[in-house]
Amino acid sequence: MITLLTDNTMLAALIALVGLGTLFGGLLGYAAERFKVGSDPIVQQLDELLPQTQCGQCGFPGCRPYAQSIADGDAINKCPPGGQATINAIANLLDVTAPSLDEAHGEEEIRTVAYIREDECIGCTKCIQACPVDAILGAAKLMHTVIAEECTGCDLCVEPCPVDCIDMLPIVENIGQWQWPAPPNPIDLIATTASGMHEDAA
Amino acid sequence: MRRIWDTPGGVHPPDNKAQSLTSGIGQLPLPEKLILPLTQHVGGAAKVCVSVGEKVLKGQKLASASASISAAIHAPSSGWITAIEERAVAHPSGMSAPCIEITCDGEDRWIECMGYPDYKQATPLQLRNLIADAGVAGLGGAGFPSAAKLDRGTHMPVDTLIINATECEPYITADDILIRERADQIIQGIEIISHLLGTPKTILIGIENNKPEAIAALNQQCQGTGIEVVSFPTKYPSGGEKQLIYILTGKEVPSGQLPADLGMVCLNSGTAFAIKRAVIDGEPLISRITTLTGEACDINRNYEILIGTPVSHLLEQNAFNPDLCSRLIMGGPMMGFSLTSSDVPLVKTSTCILAPSHTEIPDGDPAQACIRCGLCAEACPASLLPQQLYWYARADDHERLQAHNLFDCIECGACSYVCPSNIPLVQYYRSSKGDIVNARTAKATAAVARERFEFRQVRLEKADTVRETKREARRLATEQAKITSPTTTQSSGSSAADIIKAAQLRGSTRQASPEQQKAKLERTLMAAEMRLKEAQQRLLQATTNGSADQQTQQLASVEAAKRKVEQTAQRLTEVSH
Repeated sequence: MITLLTDNTMLAALIALVGLGTLFGGLLGYAAERFKVGSDPIVQQLDELLPQTQCGQCGFPGCRPYAQSIADGDAINKCPPGGQATINAIANLLDVTAPSLDEAHGEEEIRTVAYIREDECIGCTKCIQACPVDAILGAAKLMHTVIAEECTGCDLCVEPCPVDCIDMLPIVENIGQWQWPAPPNPIDLIATTASGMHEDAA
Repeated sequence: MRRIWDTPGGVHPPDNKAQSLTSGIGQLPLPEKLILPLTQHVGGAAKVCVSVGEKVLKGQKLASASASISAAIHAPSSGWITAIEERAVAHPSGMSAPCIEITCDGEDRWIECMGYPDYKQATPLQLRNLIADAGVAGLGGAGFPSAAKLDRGTHMPVDTLIINATECEPYITADDILIRERADQIIQGIEIISHLLGTPKTILIGIENNKPEAIAALNQQCQGTGIEVVSFPTKYPSGGEKQLIYILTGKEVPSGQLPADLGMVCLNSGTAFAIKRAVIDGEPLISRITTLTGEACDINRNYEILIGTPVSHLLEQNAFNPDLCSRLIMGGPMMGFSLTSSDVPLVKTSTCILAPSHTEIPDGDPAQACIRCGLCAEACPASLLPQQLYWYARADDHERLQAHNLFDCIECGACSYVCPSNIPLVQYYRSSKGDIVNARTAKATAAVARERFEFRQVRLEKADTVRETKREARRLATEQAKITSPTTTQSSGSSAADIIKAAQLRGSTRQASPEQQKAKLERTLMAAEMRLKEAQQRLLQATTNGSADQQTQQLASVEAAKRKVEQTAQRLTEVSH
């Protein structure tokens, strides 16, 4: 056998290469099975960045399906509740330039919270079924109420209400939540210079 | 002589302290109304324990501490509670917050105070409760509840107690004058704190060398007490807690940690005075020393003001000229904030009211572009890179801001002070800090929302599966029933034709027995003949003694009976053939 191989170097090389190929192929195949990644980690990361309002304004039934869709190559500017901050964060993650918000899906608005005018509520439970985060409390023919801390302000409960007793109220800022505003942008304070060039401050 | 360390950075603004030190601590006439915000300290708002219309005495508790980090609030004078509602408070936002309003009765009558002059007999817990009940919060400006600071529960034993008498900010002289006039009481306060903390090895009073009278007063009082007065060269901001600790001990408090983690406690000299009052005299914190200064006021001096005194009352008493004043500042010129209204009350953290003239503190020139001179980095006492932080703040780059330790910024304003381009650096940092905190909260709420959404999905799926299995079970049961009883299946599956066939079958079985039919018809014939006879009899009676109506009626029934008999007889003959 050995003599046969040493005499036919071509054959020896072939056997060696095929052997090595089979060995490493097997190893890679085993590793692919053994260390399989269950879910797409990028979907997880994208989902972390989305605001979790579950409002469906992007056209998907919740934030995770939209994250999945972005991972599959969908546009990243379909989330009005997240606004430009979310778009920037996703752009940063995917290393693409951040587009501005797609107005077709809605405009960036101040955060609101649903409020049920309780004496008008007839207890139909339609809003409870619509709420994506189970933030409405109540039972059939009994008054319903919104758990304000859990409400994401997604708007989905307003449409099904047969008596229109749900208002979306903007969150009132109190003194504890107040924060210093950013100073005015210095570029706005500087007129164009004589040559018509903007001062490069940014 | 104790060795002192020099902090990095720092600035030397003109100290402007002399003008308010020309006279001693003054007293103000009682204001008509006192307004007490429920949050005058760091932590949770105090919980109101009085109601509108109630008469209260000076020193009576109005609101109690609501959490472990919170402070009680007491009536600074006797009177009636006239409102518990939202009022404008001293806050950079100019927003309002819940307040208790007292209309003073002018008697200024004290509630009975239970002092504890023999404090050495008390346990640390008793002393801490006394301090907590008195609502003592840090009087240096931060307002951290002192009882919480003195809680040694989870921390390592305290080996160094530092009393902060630095008062490094220009214009403010409240601590200076308090030490000059009441050093003995401050030392008593320090001794109480020392007893409470289990007698730390080292007790230091840190004071800048621009207060020689105060240093002399302290030295005189500290003779033989083991308390060491350490003076060091004046530099802003030596009075920051972390900066003072470094100056006196050479130890740096690590980022994100507290002095307690190094076995140190640092309290303001004014707080030590308040603690003495609370423990020995039993008086809660209802007054403090506040500096009134600035060229827009004729009189510049320190006052022992009642907490809740409106700023306007303080200004009225001192010939304040609003036309001269560029803006009203609460706190010092470096770290204070502009007041939007003079109706706001003075609170536990109000060290100073500064009413500067337009020449004294002019409105800032507009910010220019950063020229990258690097002066800010030289001035920063926390060794941060203010210029880098500025770029990142402008770019909203939260990640890099945190990597450059934005949260270690003490907002002292030294960088803005030295900036040749007048860039409001500190405001950028404050705004960015707020943004980062908001983003963190948003992330936390988003996580909760995600969890609830996913839970709901799982629940709905589970309900669907349960419904599906029930439907499947029903389907299987029907199929099983079909297999076990095939006859019923046939009949149940029969058509109209089958029904007709069955009926015909039944009819043919009946026709199959003519004898039975004959017998039945004979019985019917007999019964019909009987009824005919009866009818004929009734007709006879009707013709003799009845009405015409009855006659016709009976005649008809006789006719009917006759017809029935004829029919039956005919059918009987048919059947018999």
